Amino acid sequence: MATWTWFHKLASPPHFYRIAGKMIPWFAIPAALLIAAGLYGGLVLAPPDYQQGDAFRIIYLHVPSAWLSLMCYMTMAISAAVGLIWRIKLSHALAAASAPIGASFALLALVTGSLWGKPMWGTYWTWDARLTSELILFFLYLGYMALRSAFDDLTRADRASAVLALVGSVNVPIIHFSVTWWNSLHQGSTVLRKGGPAMPMSMLAPLLMSALGFTLLYAALACVRVRGEVLIRERNATWLKELDSA
Amino acid sequence: MSALTTSLPRAAWLVLERDLRLAFRRWEQVTHPVVFFVMVATLFPLALSPEPSLLRTIAPGVVWVGALLSSLLALESLFRTDLEDGTLEQLTLSGQPLAWLLLSKTLAHWFLSGVPLVIAAPLVAVSLAAPGESIAVLMISLALGTGVLSFIGAVGAALTLGSRRGSVLLSLLVLPLAMPVLIFGSRATDQAMRGDLSNGPLWLLAAMLILAVTLAPLASAAAVRVSLE
Amino acid sequence: MAETDSPALEARDLHLWRGTKHVLRGLSFAATAGHLLHVRGPNGCGKTTLLRTLAGFLWPEEGALYWAGRPVNDDRDGYAADLAYLGHENAMKADLTALENLRYATNVRHATDRRTVEAVLERLGVHAQKDLPFRSLSAGQRRRVAMARVLLARARLWLLDEPFTNLDSAGVRELSSVVAEHARGGGIAILTAHSELDLPGAELRRLELV
Repeated sequence: MATWTWFHKLASPPHFYRIAGKMIPWFAIPAALLIAAGLYGGLVLAPPDYQQGDAFRIIYLHVPSAWLSLMCYMTMAISAAVGLIWRIKLSHALAAASAPIGASFALLALVTGSLWGKPMWGTYWTWDARLTSELILFFLYLGYMALRSAFDDLTRADRASAVLALVGSVNVPIIHFSVTWWNSLHQGSTVLRKGGPAMPMSMLAPLLMSALGFTLLYAALACVRVRGEVLIRERNATWLKELDSA
Repeated sequence: MSALTTSLPRAAWLVLERDLRLAFRRWEQVTHPVVFFVMVATLFPLALSPEPSLLRTIAPGVVWVGALLSSLLALESLFRTDLEDGTLEQLTLSGQPLAWLLLSKTLAHWFLSGVPLVIAAPLVAVSLAAPGESIAVLMISLALGTGVLSFIGAVGAALTLGSRRGSVLLSLLVLPLAMPVLIFGSRATDQAMRGDLSNGPLWLLAAMLILAVTLAPLASAAAVRVSLE
Repeated sequence: MAETDSPALEARDLHLWRGTKHVLRGLSFAATAGHLLHVRGPNGCGKTTLLRTLAGFLWPEEGALYWAGRPVNDDRDGYAADLAYLGHENAMKADLTALENLRYATNVRHATDRRTVEAVLERLGVHAQKDLPFRSLSAGQRRRVAMARVLLARARLWLLDEPFTNLDSAGVRELSSVVAEHARGGGIAILTAHSELDLPGAELRRLELV
């Protein structure tokens, strides 16, 4: 019972605003530390890959951002579903807030992926399976944000984009599967080999740290952005005026 | 509460029948997407080269991209007039489950937009030097694929109802979702051209069609309700 | 309100925002069999919004709606089956005839034979236009055909938004008598109209929105 009360409190905008504000440093500082440690471990400490030399180091940026882009989409879809079914406005705010963050991660993954391709294959883009999937995910993000901006009424924007996010999330595995299959037929280049089936710990540990750091970064950014959404959505509410005058 | 006396299948049939009857009253509008399809296919030899060996290689892709773009255009008309004259909101108030009625409407749309494409496809394929053996597979892949596109596209059409620059937005939403269909559809034809078995991609298309028919109407119903708020 | 099978609509403390505008601010009312409710108020006060909320297109952020003692949200399709909504649009396809339009609109809910449809068209004075394409009818004739759909819907609750638009005085009289007859027969009618209503033999209540 106590957990439900906590959840209901969290779903109330003024409470969320306060709690999220307090949580930001708790996410941001560990995020910064972990990312710094992960990048140092990956860029400096880890030994060069026997096949790819130093080029592989880009995975310390590339892989976490790809994972995060997918995780953001799932978060977006789930919070959109919750907002759609139970009509919780804060849930819609989380979906709206996550979209630009996820899109940025996807873009980062695409850029780092193509930077990796250059030393390996001589060109920046080779229609690699995973990069192409990432590109389509990026398109899905763009479509979501485009749909949101087409509505003046925020409630309609929330609900319409929620339906789109759900349809998109069903399609993400289908897209991934079809692109992988498509690419395998053409013997396409697989740029993103993660150094073989078993990565040595010296390579893996920084990667995991980096990934965890990126996740916490998302959490911090999400808190900031959702607070921003709350400000927009609740701008006429009395609690906000009281906060301002306090 | 007074229950409805008309059964759901009968109601769904009436929705289908009405859309078909309306389309036949203005049958020339049914031809517009097909003309677009043929024109798009013509662009590629013009832009690249009429060299048969080149055309043969790109034929499956060109036909499929043309069909995809043509389907996007045809989606515009799925809900627009119904929204404008008020019949769409009456569908939501019919008392019958909206998802089923929309399934029916989308089936009508698939028939009206897909059949002309499937018929025109062989002509376009032959003009692009595609061998005769691949035509049948091309038609089957289009028959299945246009179905998936109609159902996924219906969700997009419902979401972008009445919003400004709706058709561009509709394309942005539907194109990423349509890419798997494109991959399997053109792959099936390509394999048939090489003399390989094309069963794999066709079965996958069929599976996608089943998934789309069962899930998309639910999303379309939610989207229509949102658009009517 | 206890569960019952008789027509009874109850709105409790409805709050609805359109964007940032607080349109319905704690609206409550009840209507039972035989009630004719005339919703009045200045332009932009929310008459159409109220009717669309009662029809189920809009969901109130707070408050609840009850039909026959049960919350409307429990069975939205069932509620829709028992109501007929006439909005600003006539909800008719321009390329179909009046008869065809009505055949599709009514049979989706209840099997209705041609004779019944023609009788209603006759009653509303548009029988002569039954086989003409809807787009060739005058604005007043179109409104009458739209009203025919409401009559044929076998619904106990009528929600009519500006039903008398484009009608001449004969049309207004005819439609008014049809609405009054519906109420006398045990139905409920909630309507918006700019002008004063004259509904013979019916008890008219007013709901003023400010």
